[in-house]
Amino acid sequence: MQQSQAEAPLSYSAPRRRRRVETGQVISYAVLTLWALTTIYPLFWIVNNSFKLSTDVMNNSFSLAASFDMTNYINAFDRINILKSYGNSLIMSFGTVALVLIFGGLAAYIIARFHFRGKSIINSILVATLLIPAFATVVPVYDLLIRWKLVNTYWGLILPHTAGNLTFAILVIAAYMSTIPKEMEEAAFIDGCNRFNMFTRVFLPMSRPVFASASIFVFLWSYNDLFSALIFVNKDSVRPIVSLLNEISSQYGTDFGLMASAVSLTVIPVLIVYLFIQRFIEKGMTEGAIKG
Amino acid sequence: MKGDKKYIVLFLLPAALLMSTFVYYPFLRSVYLSLFRTSGFFSKTYVGFDNYTRMFSDDMIRAATLHTLEIMLYVIVFQVGFALILAVLVDNIRWGKGFYRTVFFFPIVISGAAISLLFVLIYNYQFGMLNGALAKFGFEKILWLSETGSLKAIAVPTVWHYIGFYFVLFLTAMSKIPSDFYEAAKLEGITGFKKTIYLTIPLIISDIKVVLILAITGTLKVFDFVWILARGQNGTEVLGTYMYKKAIVDLNFGYGSAIAVYIVVFGVLLSVITNRLLKKEEVTY
Repeated sequence: MQQSQAEAPLSYSAPRRRRRVETGQVISYAVLTLWALTTIYPLFWIVNNSFKLSTDVMNNSFSLAASFDMTNYINAFDRINILKSYGNSLIMSFGTVALVLIFGGLAAYIIARFHFRGKSIINSILVATLLIPAFATVVPVYDLLIRWKLVNTYWGLILPHTAGNLTFAILVIAAYMSTIPKEMEEAAFIDGCNRFNMFTRVFLPMSRPVFASASIFVFLWSYNDLFSALIFVNKDSVRPIVSLLNEISSQYGTDFGLMASAVSLTVIPVLIVYLFIQRFIEKGMTEGAIKG
Repeated sequence: MKGDKKYIVLFLLPAALLMSTFVYYPFLRSVYLSLFRTSGFFSKTYVGFDNYTRMFSDDMIRAATLHTLEIMLYVIVFQVGFALILAVLVDNIRWGKGFYRTVFFFPIVISGAAISLLFVLIYNYQFGMLNGALAKFGFEKILWLSETGSLKAIAVPTVWHYIGFYFVLFLTAMSKIPSDFYEAAKLEGITGFKKTIYLTIPLIISDIKVVLILAITGTLKVFDFVWILARGQNGTEVLGTYMYKKAIVDLNFGYGSAIAVYIVVFGVLLSVITNRLLKKEEVTY
């Protein structure tokens, strides 16, 4: 690094040390690039194979696809109706995100800015809630959903997902809102804002960054959750993309081309979105982890 | 402010209602159900702690616990270990930090289901990526998802999936270390490997602790990989898949709930133990 250059005139051993630092750098880059290959190559391999016929995949999965054969993609759209599952996933995940932000935002505002009896108890309960996994609630929730005829409807996944994500959202958003200066609140009060207007006109706009990162986190969590999806929404007409992938692995386990195209279709859009909003994702996830 | 009470109740109510209905009530009900022998939705008889005593003699639950612990070991050693090594390396390189950050992190945004399907193709005996490579170099093909090797084969994508997450957590922690610490160390002649061991790691010890707790409790939730790659067969049953099979596939709600309670208690115990073992003075700067 710059250190060795800055030190060079002072020290006799500088040239040797510099060379050692250089080899260190070379080894670092070698290791890092090797690891980068383990994340990039499998994806390249699967996308490449998705453009081949199943027989070609079997004969030589490493060769480059000679042409962009769309058979597998046509199968994915016609035979397993991947588009429908995509739609289901998006409706349920965006629904969850919307509800979590609205209800979580309101609750976080109260917890961050009000003093009232029982507040510390609510805080402790929220933290303890993080220790309850989906396994420990699934049976009674399933029972409730059946009684309310919500199994195999979009609400059947949106409601449990919303409740499951509220804890995280409230904790993260409240932590952010409590850093907003008190003067803002006072100024708004003098201008005649009531509590509700203060929430919508002061706290919501000022907390946009935390809402952005929380929503990405909640979206990913909901979009990628297989366990609840298998139980609450297992019918073809409502099942999300993760359940469809599970189905493909058991029903079409020999159609390698179809599997490759299904994985590609699931992964590529997410990756493209990721590249655009990468910064927010990392921030949201790491903040959530530390707070949690 | 006057009338605050109204807003406090009004704003907390929707979240409180949703969470009581879909988290707290179901959790308490699971604990309650774990004291019953059930068949289907309608018949249940109170049996006290029978379900729990049954767990002690259930070979499958012992196996599932051991498999979960085995994956946990791989996660601690390889996932957290690799993440730390990669973070140290990236922290010390001159250019390309952003590139490696992006590339290492992206498996996180892919669902476990998609990664599982990818590994179904990688492990496939006849044409999979690994056996294809072996065949190319003239080696015998290997049955990756065999009776003895399946659990290790499943641990690979489990570990791979989240390395980038802990890597970013470590990297963020390292970037918060003030540069005068490193300047002082440089004056003392501490550089390279020594600097990492004596300076960087002690300074981020509290983040390492958080990561370890996250990694350990996260392992208890492993489900997707085991379910899609092996359906819990060939010695891969973990607590999550076993609970799913008992409660949802067999509709044995009482016993399934007992397993769920066991998972929660196990998770709380493990985090308490980790916290104790790693108790150290927090570093502030």
